[in-house]
Amino acid sequence: MTKKHIDEISGVETTGHEWDGIRELNNPMPRWWVITFYLCIIWAVGYMILYPAWPLINSATSGVLGYSSRAENAAEMAIAASEKSEYVDRIAQMPVEEISQHPDLLQFAMAGGSAAFKVNCVQCHGSGAQGAPGYPNLNDDDWLWGGDVNAIHQTIAHGVRYDGDDDSRFSEMPAFKDLLEPAEVRQVASYVYSLTGEPADVALVAPGKQVFADNCAACHGEDAKGDVDFGAPNLADAIWFYGASENEIAAQIAKPKHGVMPAWTGRLGDPVIKQLAVFIHSLGGGQ
Amino acid sequence: MTDTSSEVTDVERIDAEAVNAAWARKPLYEARKKIFPKRARGQYRQFKWLVMLVTLGIYYLTPWIRWDRGPFAPDQAVLVDMANRRFYFFFIEIWPQEFYYVAGLLVMAGLGLFLVTSVVGRAWCGYTCPQTVWVDLFLVVERAIEGERNQRMKLDAAAWSAGKLVKRVSKHAIWLLIAVATGGAWIFYFADAPTLLVDTFTGQAAPIAYITVAVLTATTYVFGGLMREQVCTYMCPWPRIQAAMLDENSLAVTYNDWRGEPRSRHTKKAKAEGKIVGDCVDCNACVAVCPMGIDIRDGQQLECITCALCIDACDEVMDKVGRPRGLISYATLNEYADNMALATAGGTSPINPELVRKPDGSFSDKIRHFDWRIFIRPRTLLYLSVWALVGIGLLVALGSRDRLEVNVLHDRNPQFVRLSDGSIRNGYTVKLLNMIPEPRVIFLSIEGLPGATMSIVGIDQPEGRSFAIPVEPDRLRTIKVHIHQPIEEIKAGKTVFRLVAADKGSNESDVYKATFDAPEVK
Repeated sequence: MTKKHIDEISGVETTGHEWDGIRELNNPMPRWWVITFYLCIIWAVGYMILYPAWPLINSATSGVLGYSSRAENAAEMAIAASEKSEYVDRIAQMPVEEISQHPDLLQFAMAGGSAAFKVNCVQCHGSGAQGAPGYPNLNDDDWLWGGDVNAIHQTIAHGVRYDGDDDSRFSEMPAFKDLLEPAEVRQVASYVYSLTGEPADVALVAPGKQVFADNCAACHGEDAKGDVDFGAPNLADAIWFYGASENEIAAQIAKPKHGVMPAWTGRLGDPVIKQLAVFIHSLGGGQ
Repeated sequence: MTDTSSEVTDVERIDAEAVNAAWARKPLYEARKKIFPKRARGQYRQFKWLVMLVTLGIYYLTPWIRWDRGPFAPDQAVLVDMANRRFYFFFIEIWPQEFYYVAGLLVMAGLGLFLVTSVVGRAWCGYTCPQTVWVDLFLVVERAIEGERNQRMKLDAAAWSAGKLVKRVSKHAIWLLIAVATGGAWIFYFADAPTLLVDTFTGQAAPIAYITVAVLTATTYVFGGLMREQVCTYMCPWPRIQAAMLDENSLAVTYNDWRGEPRSRHTKKAKAEGKIVGDCVDCNACVAVCPMGIDIRDGQQLECITCALCIDACDEVMDKVGRPRGLISYATLNEYADNMALATAGGTSPINPELVRKPDGSFSDKIRHFDWRIFIRPRTLLYLSVWALVGIGLLVALGSRDRLEVNVLHDRNPQFVRLSDGSIRNGYTVKLLNMIPEPRVIFLSIEGLPGATMSIVGIDQPEGRSFAIPVEPDRLRTIKVHIHQPIEEIKAGKTVFRLVAADKGSNESDVYKATFDAPEVK
């Protein structure tokens, strides 16, 4: 214990520490500061007893209140789920086409469908559902498998050409490079293109029309307007799935690409799929 | 070393005193010395009672005033409806985007304070500041329970006893009651007052209501009861700001030492001895009544809130000793300086009150008195005109504001959709604002964009160029609008058109210039 040192000028005791001849005065802390300090200590002791505080090897002290942020989160999620359950239960028991007749359910389904879309669908269909070559644009009025809310629901639930679901939409266009001469492919491509545009060589259109009637009309229809029962695209409209140029059409005839969409029933459950169907149907092209 | 005293007397001693001499230095922290203001009597005290009555009345009663706005809006005259984001003030209803009216009012309040300060000095501090009003109220309680200044000082110095305890506990209990009532009144501005009153006492009110009451109770009790003048002296920035707005023509509470000095406790004796004496009898009445604990005779100072109670106290004494009132008075620096020059013969002599008096003891005609014309000067006129301009601007804006609005947000993703017939469709989120407390039907129609038609999600009507959309009273309705233009009318790139929202009943309308996007190449 060092001897008490009193500062001559101020008459205040110093801390006894000296730096380059400068001593620190040991003035008392302001009272409010000291009180706050002790209150903090009391608070900390109480906190350590009541809440998880001390880290152990594999866990931590759990505290008398048994609080944990995970449990709190789980409880909040459970509350959210129970609040939603009123709507979810009604949606589950209702045919999908009836949902839009109930304003509260419609609002719920739009919000839920929008959220589910952002998580599960945007990877292929794009964040605005605008699609990409090979992935349908869901905003327009051209539907491969039907655009009413039931057909959309069916497509989401069971997928397209999806092996894991027996009810999956299925169709397969043959590779016509094996069935037609290259010139015939070129002719029918010209004809299909001429339905909505000006083909490069008008002379190819007439023979192409014959090739179409012989090979394509069975699925795509005499008027080339497609058939949603087979997922056969409408070829007489302004919307193209795998590209709009004659070359891209010819390529699709010779060796067709076939997209696959998974069935979502097992992953999302029917109520969410109904919400998704209502949401997709509302994007503007629903029939 | 012979006689050192002769050397010392050769050097003149300078009359200086070290400001920070060890014996004179004060500690940095000094405990507050309690102030026990004596009750003043007089015209300013009367006026302050009146101001207290009016300001407290406004504060406590305003939320209870009713104002009929029909069945679709609350009937509380002044209401800040946070949940619905509406502000009601009698016949005015303000939506969040119209908050600039409130900003304008605050600008007016600021300019108004500038104006008031440049004319009558710190009148805000002295009469209407809530701190002043509530401290005054708390002092009434203190005086009623503990007695007048001398009794309070005695009680404060006395040892603890049952009597002192009872007085102190009842004083603080009443203070707390006032504080709770103060905090309690505040929340009624934010919800229907009668409902909230019942809810508050039955424990049904929102937690924020109780928190607000608790916080305001604490601030009222601590600021008004415990801290008092310290709030003005140490916490409030306003004295510093106001100091910059006072000028030589602003009224301030002034001790007129040109007639008061030299002060004397023994006027008659001094006069008999032929000494010059001023009007100040050094009775300290002005000091005793001061709620800020200052001596106004030290001159103008930051702590002075110009409550004018010292004027009342001094006038009472002047009446008693048979001298004219106004030894302490409201005066401008200019008046003061002129009178001072008179009393000091232009600064050549010490203050000699005889110079401002006639031989019979009444005041000389040369004394400059207060003249209301000093209110009119470029500075005050400028403040007044800017203040009035803002006010007129607000009134004009209020009179001509829209009660029907349309806002349009174009879909960006995708910007446009090509449909199977080759036409192009654009999506818009349209917000229709019905800003009156009546339901109405708003007609939304397309102007421009040839051939275009629209459809609205949720409204069962065939595609067309005009839709009738019902909107609830005082509500915003958001709708999804799809506009589509046939292929033969499409222009590449962007086309500007107008979406018009109109109420055919009142002929109100609002227009939004929107853009229709089509591919750059057809």
